[in-house]
Amino acid sequence: MKIIERFEIPYYQYLNENGQIAEEIPLLAENKQALTHLYQLMVLVRLCDAKAIALQRTGKLGTYPSTRGQEAVFVGIGHALNKQDIYIPYYRDVGSLLQRGVKFSQILQYWGGDERGNCFTPDSQDFPHSVPVGSQPLHAVGVAYAIKYRKQPRAVMVTCGDGATSQGDFYEAINVAGVWKLPVVFVVCNNQWAISVSRQVQTAAHTLAQKAIAAGIRGEQVDGNDVIAVQHRAAKALQHARENEEPCLLEMVCYRQHDHTTADDASRYEPKNLREQEWKKEPIIRLRHYLEQLGVWNEEKEAKWQTECAKQVEQEVKDYLDIKPQPIESMFDYLYATLPAAYAEQRDILAHMERVTHD
Amino acid sequence: MTEITLVEAITQALAYEMRADDRVIVLGEDVGKDGGVFRATVGLLDQFGPERVLDTPLAESMIGGLAIGMATQGLKPVAEFQFMGFIYPAIDQIINHASRMRNRTRGRLSCPVVFRTPFGAGIHAPEHHSESTEALFAHAPGLRVVIPSSPIRAYGLLLAAIRDPDPVVFLEPSRLYRFAKQEVKNDGKALPLDTCFTLRTGEDVTLITWGAMVKETLAAADGLLKDNIHAEVIDVATVKPLDMETILASVERTGRCVIIHEAALTGGIGAEIAAQIAEKALFLLKAPPIRVTGFDTIVPYAKLEKYYIPSEKRIVHAVYQTMEYT
Repeated sequence: MKIIERFEIPYYQYLNENGQIAEEIPLLAENKQALTHLYQLMVLVRLCDAKAIALQRTGKLGTYPSTRGQEAVFVGIGHALNKQDIYIPYYRDVGSLLQRGVKFSQILQYWGGDERGNCFTPDSQDFPHSVPVGSQPLHAVGVAYAIKYRKQPRAVMVTCGDGATSQGDFYEAINVAGVWKLPVVFVVCNNQWAISVSRQVQTAAHTLAQKAIAAGIRGEQVDGNDVIAVQHRAAKALQHARENEEPCLLEMVCYRQHDHTTADDASRYEPKNLREQEWKKEPIIRLRHYLEQLGVWNEEKEAKWQTECAKQVEQEVKDYLDIKPQPIESMFDYLYATLPAAYAEQRDILAHMERVTHD
Repeated sequence: MTEITLVEAITQALAYEMRADDRVIVLGEDVGKDGGVFRATVGLLDQFGPERVLDTPLAESMIGGLAIGMATQGLKPVAEFQFMGFIYPAIDQIINHASRMRNRTRGRLSCPVVFRTPFGAGIHAPEHHSESTEALFAHAPGLRVVIPSSPIRAYGLLLAAIRDPDPVVFLEPSRLYRFAKQEVKNDGKALPLDTCFTLRTGEDVTLITWGAMVKETLAAADGLLKDNIHAEVIDVATVKPLDMETILASVERTGRCVIIHEAALTGGIGAEIAAQIAEKALFLLKAPPIRVTGFDTIVPYAKLEKYYIPSEKRIVHAVYQTMEYT
């Protein structure tokens, strides 16, 4: 017997839970302006998230999947993307979508039950939220193929959760990305839970990053509570994708600091005190400590930013609540480029018979 | 001009459109070097190269999802699934994503994909190679389901499907792939989608069918002539959305109809057609609509499959049944 292959999975963390910075750090960790921006975004996202949950609790929003505790993952990867890259989200991606030009009011609109929440910006080629778990990495490889075919200097980034890595589609996507050398970065937000199924029950694999090995692509584990590591590794992976057509799988290790969605009750399955214990590692406070060490953040700035965020969120909520519903016939209007004649009768029935009840 | 088979007409349409439009990409299992298990893509790799004729890894869901991603970027992928029984892993992609992309982004992204697959029984293939489950796809809003039944229609309808801005499930009757030859002008002219083709005109009864059953239905119509029964034969061709206008106009004239499909009876497209005829033309009917279809059984393996496929005899018998009403 001889060993014919050995593999390693690197782990990246620059800023630990106590706000201490590592000795060797990426340039980003010295960029006070960029770090402040990332911090401010994370604070904003946490406030948006709390607001969305509150809106759901008061009957003003449908089921909503919280991004609490996962702010660094989405803020970090969103920051790493270039405008011309293509982003394919799953459904906890507030922090990245805001940086892709999507308004918080649109995110609320989507979870509030209005398809127009998926319109994003008119020129956006980003994908809408993907609810069927693990199906979207396959779209990413298709988009990446189109980019490669046209020899464009762009990359694709797709996100999914830890549960999605058990789907066949996930493996099919990383496999073809490897064999065709596609410019795509797969981001797994490993928040330790797929509704009630814990990471340990999901797979015997020690890391999710090592799934990349079977596909012949690079896999890394990143501290998903360290926005510096997230941004840095995502930016590197995107650069490799754009320049060398090298796909990569990034596992962002974090913790879901809320129920799966507002329709879930994690107390049925989540061990007592685990959430509190994990909260010690949450991403925002450690960066605040670091910024304070760098002398660029203090109590006064914090208070001012909190006020500013609250104002922004209130405005977005107002915009959301002010949105008029779509015309009822709109359910027919985007089925096909041109509505086939066979649908005309059904559309007329809807338009004439149902208008009274709708108005 | 030489005559070609239905499968050759498919190849000809693919080659024509790939020459005319560099956004057209052919992908699937064994579609490259091998030219496809039925040889539908033979020669395309040599003509258009490996960037446009993609031998994919063996994963049907991936073929579906990959095509969707390409299409949202404005490419026009034509994805082949080797047999209809193997398209099922991609149903999540086709129904949850391809059919909905335009709707769920309010037109920001769209999905001009053609999902091609041979279908139907009668070629003595192993199990899972003989399905006729077009109704599964026809039930999904946002899709078109198109089925050619001759070389000319295979050529013209496939061109139309590729050019259509929305996803099309294109089902090719494998029993007819090499059944008959026709002269097919390679002029790049598409045939209309969403439209029936009236193959025979007649005033006594309307025979409504599609796909491979067109063969038995035309034979039945020929046989009926000796009893002086003139059957109108309609090839539905696009089974979603249905061109009920043509069907109703014919049935209103003849007052009698038999709907023939190879797929199982219950919940088949024949049920939808019969229901619409009942809703809209009941009082012009001289006889109840009759369906002649595959049985509600699993398609038998090769030895018994010919008893599953509706025979000319069953069709003729059904016509006589309708003729009993005066």
